[in-house]
Amino acid sequence: MSELDIAQVVALSLYVSITATVLTSLVGLPLGAFLALKRFRGSWLMRTGVYTLFALPSVVVGLVVYTMLSHSGPLGFLDWLWTPIGMVLAESVLIFPLVTGLTISAVSDVDESVRLTIKTLGASNRQLMMRVMHEARFGIFGAVMVGFGRAISEVGAVWMVGGNIKGSTQVITTAIMQQTQMGDFGTSFALAGILLIIAFVVFFVIREIQERD
Amino acid sequence: MTLGLAVEAAGISKSYGGSAVLSGVNLKVEAGELFAMLGPSGSGKSTLLRILNLLEQPDNGEVTFGGSESVLRDGQRLRRRMTMLLQRSVMFRDTVFGNVAYGLRLRGMQEREIRDRALNALGDVGLQGFERRKASTLSGGEAQRVAFARAIAIEPEVLFLDEFTANLDPPNIKMLESALAAYRQKTGCTVVMVSHNPFQAQRLAKRCLFLYQGEVLGSGSIDDVRRLDDDRTAAFFRGDLI
Repeated sequence: MSELDIAQVVALSLYVSITATVLTSLVGLPLGAFLALKRFRGSWLMRTGVYTLFALPSVVVGLVVYTMLSHSGPLGFLDWLWTPIGMVLAESVLIFPLVTGLTISAVSDVDESVRLTIKTLGASNRQLMMRVMHEARFGIFGAVMVGFGRAISEVGAVWMVGGNIKGSTQVITTAIMQQTQMGDFGTSFALAGILLIIAFVVFFVIREIQERD
Repeated sequence: MTLGLAVEAAGISKSYGGSAVLSGVNLKVEAGELFAMLGPSGSGKSTLLRILNLLEQPDNGEVTFGGSESVLRDGQRLRRRMTMLLQRSVMFRDTVFGNVAYGLRLRGMQEREIRDRALNALGDVGLQGFERRKASTLSGGEAQRVAFARAIAIEPEVLFLDEFTANLDPPNIKMLESALAAYRQKTGCTVVMVSHNPFQAQRLAKRCLFLYQGEVLGSGSIDDVRRLDDDRTAAFFRGDLI
């Protein structure tokens, strides 16, 4: 692989993972906060379901998303199979339970007396949820970063849905697998090092922000 | 001057898991009055306070404000005209200023007014210059004073106080009682105070009710309640019933 190829693979990895993380956060954060704060019939089952999906194997996600996006599948008309958008969808499905579940935990950890104080100051239900999320911001930020870490290190689902097409859908993890199979261990280790550096930067940022609290 | 709202509760009952916490409680607090709710621990005072502050629904009974304002129709609007100070003050993960400004921001005020009100409220509790400090670095007494500043910054017409000086040292108690007196004088706010300290109630309130196991044993002037022909009330005022 040339340096240009490696740069392209890294850029696509970041694009797919960041997009999946942002999209998942847009839905998972408010849903997680809602499930943590509201008690209704079936809410316990929903929370348990989210936690159960933490253990969802990535190849199962790959299989389901592949089936949905294949030409005979219900979303086949979108023509997203073997595209970065399809990979974003697969990663989003994979990290959605993680981001939502860790948000439930972070928001649930906010003391009941904090919620009571917010209410005594006249907050509406929406304002209450926003403030509790603000109080839980470090836990929620951690949830997002863990989701990103899971997304960028993902291999099974993105291989099945993206197809590992060089110059089109090849990301760091799938490139490492391919280069290793081809016996190019130098490139594999270089890509692995880049992946570790990205992971280090992400978790260094988390730690720094939490330290400042 | 914002005149306080009268508070009236009729036939308030509340149970948790089948055990009654309040049984047919009636209460009438005049506009601008400081009224005390006394009783030993577990008598239902804090539950009644949360019901009056519209934070909980009673199983039976009705709460009205200002004679006629409907809780059902205007619940959210009414809740913004009152607030409650808890026994254990809670500071948000923010600066002191951010804490005091929060209730004002909820009401959509302009930044200039928020700043003026928040700084004035901090001045009222003797915490000028604290606005940039992280709330997490405050002592217990300072945090309770900030919580009081946060409550009066929104200029409530009814202020509910739940054991608001419990566990504080005498200088902080004196400071908060002075700040409360000054705020009442300035605004005419109605205050409903829960206490298990009869001496503080005598110091601050003219009228009270005495709750015991969810029932009102007596109400009226502090002296009338103290002289009730009832062993439990007598023990409470002697300090033998906590």
